[in-house]
Amino acid sequence: MSHNASIPHRLIGQDVPEVPSLMRATLSSLWSPFNGFLEWFGELGIFAWRVMHAAFRRPFEGRELMRQLDEIGSKSLPLVALAGAAIGAVLSLESRSSLVRFGAKSMLPAALVFSIIHETGPIVTGLVVSGRVGAGIGAELGSMKVTEQIDAIEASGVNPYKYLAFTRIVACILMLPMLTLVSDFFGILFGWIADTLVDPISFAKFIHHGFGGTTFSDFLAPTFRTAVFGLIIGMIGCFQGMRTRGGTAGVGLSATSSVVLSSLFVILADVVLVKLILVFFP
Amino acid sequence: MTLPEQQVLLDAPESSATSAIENSGSQSDGPAVVLRGLHKSFGSQVVLNGVNLTVKSGNTLAILGRSGTGKSVLLKLIIGLQQPDSGSILVNGQEITGLDLRTMNEIRKKMGFLFQSAALYDSLTVEQNIAFPLKRHTEMTKKQRGDRVKELLASVGMGGDLKKKPSDISGGMQKRVGLARALALKPGILLLDEPTAGLDPITSGEIDELILKLQEENHMASIVVTHDLQSAKTIADRLAILHEGNVLIEGSFQDLEKSENKFVMEFMKRDS
Repeated sequence: MSHNASIPHRLIGQDVPEVPSLMRATLSSLWSPFNGFLEWFGELGIFAWRVMHAAFRRPFEGRELMRQLDEIGSKSLPLVALAGAAIGAVLSLESRSSLVRFGAKSMLPAALVFSIIHETGPIVTGLVVSGRVGAGIGAELGSMKVTEQIDAIEASGVNPYKYLAFTRIVACILMLPMLTLVSDFFGILFGWIADTLVDPISFAKFIHHGFGGTTFSDFLAPTFRTAVFGLIIGMIGCFQGMRTRGGTAGVGLSATSSVVLSSLFVILADVVLVKLILVFFP
Repeated sequence: MTLPEQQVLLDAPESSATSAIENSGSQSDGPAVVLRGLHKSFGSQVVLNGVNLTVKSGNTLAILGRSGTGKSVLLKLIIGLQQPDSGSILVNGQEITGLDLRTMNEIRKKMGFLFQSAALYDSLTVEQNIAFPLKRHTEMTKKQRGDRVKELLASVGMGGDLKKKPSDISGGMQKRVGLARALALKPGILLLDEPTAGLDPITSGEIDELILKLQEENHMASIVVTHDLQSAKTIADRLAILHEGNVLIEGSFQDLEKSENKFVMEFMKRDS
């Protein structure tokens, strides 16, 4: 009798896993998150299709859209203005020391305006709104889902994809460029204030220097790319909210995941859109 | 028990606001809801396994059973919030499984649904909650809508709480508002998911009386899911017990009391 013959086969199997089962376990642990990722995209695609399908049929939910424009636009305004102002002031202070070092102090207004309207204004607005609105939509629709309010809307013969999702998504798309303008304005204003406190310059002169070499396309494409950010924030917020499961804990998860995913996709979309803008508006 | 204030209001003649709504319910003596061989599973869990039920117009069927036996699922299948795996659902003679959303929404207008948690819209006031289906599905003027809301609130024993948010009223009041919203379009079929769950015995009794009164007035077919045998006895013409995915027994309260099935006896004894 060999040494192993006295050990039950079952124990050998437990102590030393066979190579195929190890491979299967490894593959399974790699496949599972990948599968979940694909599943999420698939469900998002179905959700987007349902919203699109509902969008072109009456009634157009004008009143609810107006309410959402107010919720998403007007109520985000102070936060966006504050963020834009802070970024403008910081950019002005930081840029001044670098430009002075290279003897290009007079370039400060142009550098500030270019930086704000091209990148800082749009991305700051996108991220601030994704934080405030993304979380708000995710939590609101999530709580409506777990308390059966979405079912109640559907049971009363109203399409929740239109009434709840479409109105919020359109409001986000329309409001993001407007909020970006607000952010740009306050960024430039507070950039000038920070600059003029160190080295006094009139606002008219600052604006004249700042916008001297700026064309309409410099302004238009970066501002309107935030409409795509709006689409991302609205779509992900509504999707995460309307698929909430698991009571109040699920609502918290939906709010968090709405913010995280919409911020992440806003940043990724920014990279792609900047490249596209550089190609089409060189 | 009907409150005196409620009684007066319930006896009030039909107003012009009510007459502005086309009575969408089926008033014929034929079956309002027919379920045939209904199957529904969630993953490997079989919830409904060939359920057959018929509810006639003007009749009330109470569905009883242990938790998790698919009673609420059954109501959601009837109103099209979920789709059955197989089987047939006839509402006023029309097959509703596999209908497109537009047609399904037309059928939903003929049904009222009271959710277990009342499911009132948080962001809207009591008045706006009740006016929600009226605003969407009728051509009523603002004044007519307002009158109809007041009339509905009066019929469920609530008067001056129009501007309150759902979070500012009690659970019993939320159920009343939910019931008023379910009745807004004068449905022919009323689906009630545990209308007395979570309420004290007195409020439960009031809700039962209210349902009974509204059913008598509106001649609706009602399906009531409940755990409350006393409530079922008060408001239902017939009772059905769901057990292991199927209808174990269906009949009047007396039929169920006479049953010698062990599970039915246990069920009836537990609540007596």
